Amino acid sequence: MNKNMHYEEQEDLRLGIVTGGSLTRGLDVKLDNTDLIEDVSVGTYVTIAGERHHFLGMITDISLEMVDPMLSINPPDLSNPFLSRVLNGTIIYGKLHILPQLTLSGSAASLLEGPQQVKTIPSHFAMVRQASEQDIARAFGEEDEKHIYIGNPLDMETKVCLDVSRLIERSNGIFGKSGTGKTFLTRILLAEMVQRGNAVNLIFDMHNEYGWMSTSESGYEVKALKQLFPSRVAVFTLDEQSSSRRGVSTDFVVEIGYDEIEPEDISILQETLNITDKGIELVYELHEHYGKKWLDRFLSQSVQETQEELEQRIEVHRGTLQALRRSLSQLKRLHFLVSEARQNSVASLLAYLNRKMNVVLEFGRYRDNILAYVLVANMLTRRIHDSYVRRKEQAMGESADEPVPLIITIEEAHKFLNSSVASQTIFGTIAREMRKYNVTLLVIDQRPGSIDEEVMSQIGTKMSCLLDNEKDIDSVLTGIHGKSDLKVVLSRLETKQQALIFGHAVPMPIVVRVKTYGTPDSYEHYGSITPTRAKLETEDIDDLWG
Amino acid sequence: MGIEMPLKVAEVIEANTTEFTAQCYELYQAPPFGSLVKTSTAPVEIYGIIYNTTTGSIDPGRRPLARGKEESKEEDIYRIHPQFSSLFRTECNVLVVGYNEEGRIHHYLPPHPAHIHSFVYQCSDEEVYQFSQSLDFLSLILASQGKSPVPVEELLAASLRYASRTHPERGEFLITAGRELTLLLSKEVNCLSTILKRIQGE
Ligand SMILES: Nc1ncnc2c1ncn2[C@@H]1O[C@H](COP(=O)(O)OP(=O)(O)OP(=O)(O)O)[C@@H](O)[C@H]1O
Ligand SMILES: [Mg+2]
Repeated sequence: MNKNMHYEEQEDLRLGIVTGGSLTRGLDVKLDNTDLIEDVSVGTYVTIAGERHHFLGMITDISLEMVDPMLSINPPDLSNPFLSRVLNGTIIYGKLHILPQLTLSGSAASLLEGPQQVKTIPSHFAMVRQASEQDIARAFGEEDEKHIYIGNPLDMETKVCLDVSRLIERSNGIFGKSGTGKTFLTRILLAEMVQRGNAVNLIFDMHNEYGWMSTSESGYEVKALKQLFPSRVAVFTLDEQSSSRRGVSTDFVVEIGYDEIEPEDISILQETLNITDKGIELVYELHEHYGKKWLDRFLSQSVQETQEELEQRIEVHRGTLQALRRSLSQLKRLHFLVSEARQNSVASLLAYLNRKMNVVLEFGRYRDNILAYVLVANMLTRRIHDSYVRRKEQAMGESADEPVPLIITIEEAHKFLNSSVASQTIFGTIAREMRKYNVTLLVIDQRPGSIDEEVMSQIGTKMSCLLDNEKDIDSVLTGIHGKSDLKVVLSRLETKQQALIFGHAVPMPIVVRVKTYGTPDSYEHYGSITPTRAKLETEDIDDLWG
Repeated sequence: MGIEMPLKVAEVIEANTTEFTAQCYELYQAPPFGSLVKTSTAPVEIYGIIYNTTTGSIDPGRRPLARGKEESKEEDIYRIHPQFSSLFRTECNVLVVGYNEEGRIHHYLPPHPAHIHSFVYQCSDEEVYQFSQSLDFLSLILASQGKSPVPVEELLAASLRYASRTHPERGEFLITAGRELTLLLSKEVNCLSTILKRIQGE
């Protein structure tokens, strides 16, 4: 009696009773009254009062049922109030399908343990009611240093929070079709992480959206990271002119020497540059023969010269050489590529990251240029990853500190992570090795269906806005409990600013209205949560060592 | 509230566990179809619902003859032949729907049937109200299907209409009863709609 007290107080939210189901298939709930049907929506939460536990579950389907099919042949006149009240909830009734997610236990001891993943289901006819704000708050925790407030559940004001330490433990993904709010959601996440300082971010900012001001679809200007956290964010640019035209105060202009480009960098661009398999073999030969200077040499001398010089090693067709030269000449259009860079971009990038400065790399006029994006992101990441691996190994040998966890944000992730290149690119490696070397990814993509399956399965927390392509939906939901139920939920999201979040950093899948970003009061919050004292101290010490 | 003398209306002349037959003291003065009566068979009072009423000759071998050919009014027949009132009798068939033991009402069959010559009383409104606080008697009525010449839908509807008069929230009572019936008759939609039609107008 006593333990149900809390629930009896809220009798008015009662929806119905559990009539059947299973842990894997979900539970069937008969609504007390069909009138309730229009008050419930897919994606919202209910609590079920079992004998010993309380359960939290998500509504994944709503249906109309009748006890006797005869009724559909001779339907009763429900405009008659008497008949309507007699028949509603008795032989015609509404049914909810519920995917049980968590047990919120009743006993005091288990209160301490917090919500647990469901391992059982409530008994027959257990009472079902709409989840209260407190139930959700208990499951997701309060917003604080360790919890990022990301948005609110449908029809509720409670905050839905992500567990930061779990978030940075694995690679994460933000998906959704064009214009659904991926970039806004990413800005929120990045800003929250920057202000907490648990990890340092490197953002390959393909569309120049994360460093400085940009304009939203509805025409107002939206601030970005450098404006919110000037002392903790550096903007690197590949195109100084574009950045200064947009009034961005940049910290570093990235130049990449031809001598820094390695055969692997070309090989992942095979498709973009339209190079044959033979051509790729040739690239490795050129590198072997000419060493670091291979690309510069190949592009500056004539095909004939190259052929003659190579002939001592291998036999090459002139045609293959000509085709390769044509393909690689496209690189000449990228003006940040120079024969020899004045400064070592990788070294200065690492220097910033080591000082816990978050770095946004702007592409300037190369926005939407896949060639530039893939080339630069892949090259820089590979070097940075090498350095992290080295430092992590030194740290294991106790000759150095652990490197600060690094999160690398990439857009159009399927370009790096589709099945044909995921095994070769550094991004595939990072996704697969989890956080072994303190480097993880935040992948943003409109077409998750094109991302390699294995990589998708390694993604810890997935945040998906609306998707309507079957293949994309399937790939996002791979491996999750109650997949077919969640499919319904995912395809019913609003077209903007709503996301289904599930995985490592949340206790259970939940649909959120993503909090609004871009209004003056939305910025006020940033700066209210600062990195913990202990962290600041290590930062200072790092500084002393330079 | 003064103590209302219960109205004695009949006497048991045949009984078994599920029903009894009572002969009314007055010709044609049977309690209405669907109404609640009780008979005391110490230590319990047995409740029943009138499901069929018959009036006929006292002597089963002698059928009455038509007598009114010359009369202009029906009453004249009985005025001219006063002995007729004692040649005929009115009998009620009563379906047992519960009993009262030491003031507690049970909505199931009593341990023993009524005794012959037990008096049958018409229940007061208060008793009907108390008895119909539970609707379990509906399933006992349903179980009697086939026993009586009267369709069970008619009996259900009549008993609910009768009981509903004693409830201040008459409409609510009928809705609750309707929902209960709907559950009992969920597989017999036609039967259900017959009953609902018969109680909804109230
Ligand atoms: N959290 C939010 N706060 C305020 N506005 C939002 C939010 N989410 C989405 N919007 C609105 O939706 C528009 C599209 O969002 P956004 O640019 O993030 O989409 P996207 O998924 O990144 O699209 P694309 O795939 O084309 O890059 C924004 O310009 C903004 O007007
Ligand atoms: Mg975007």
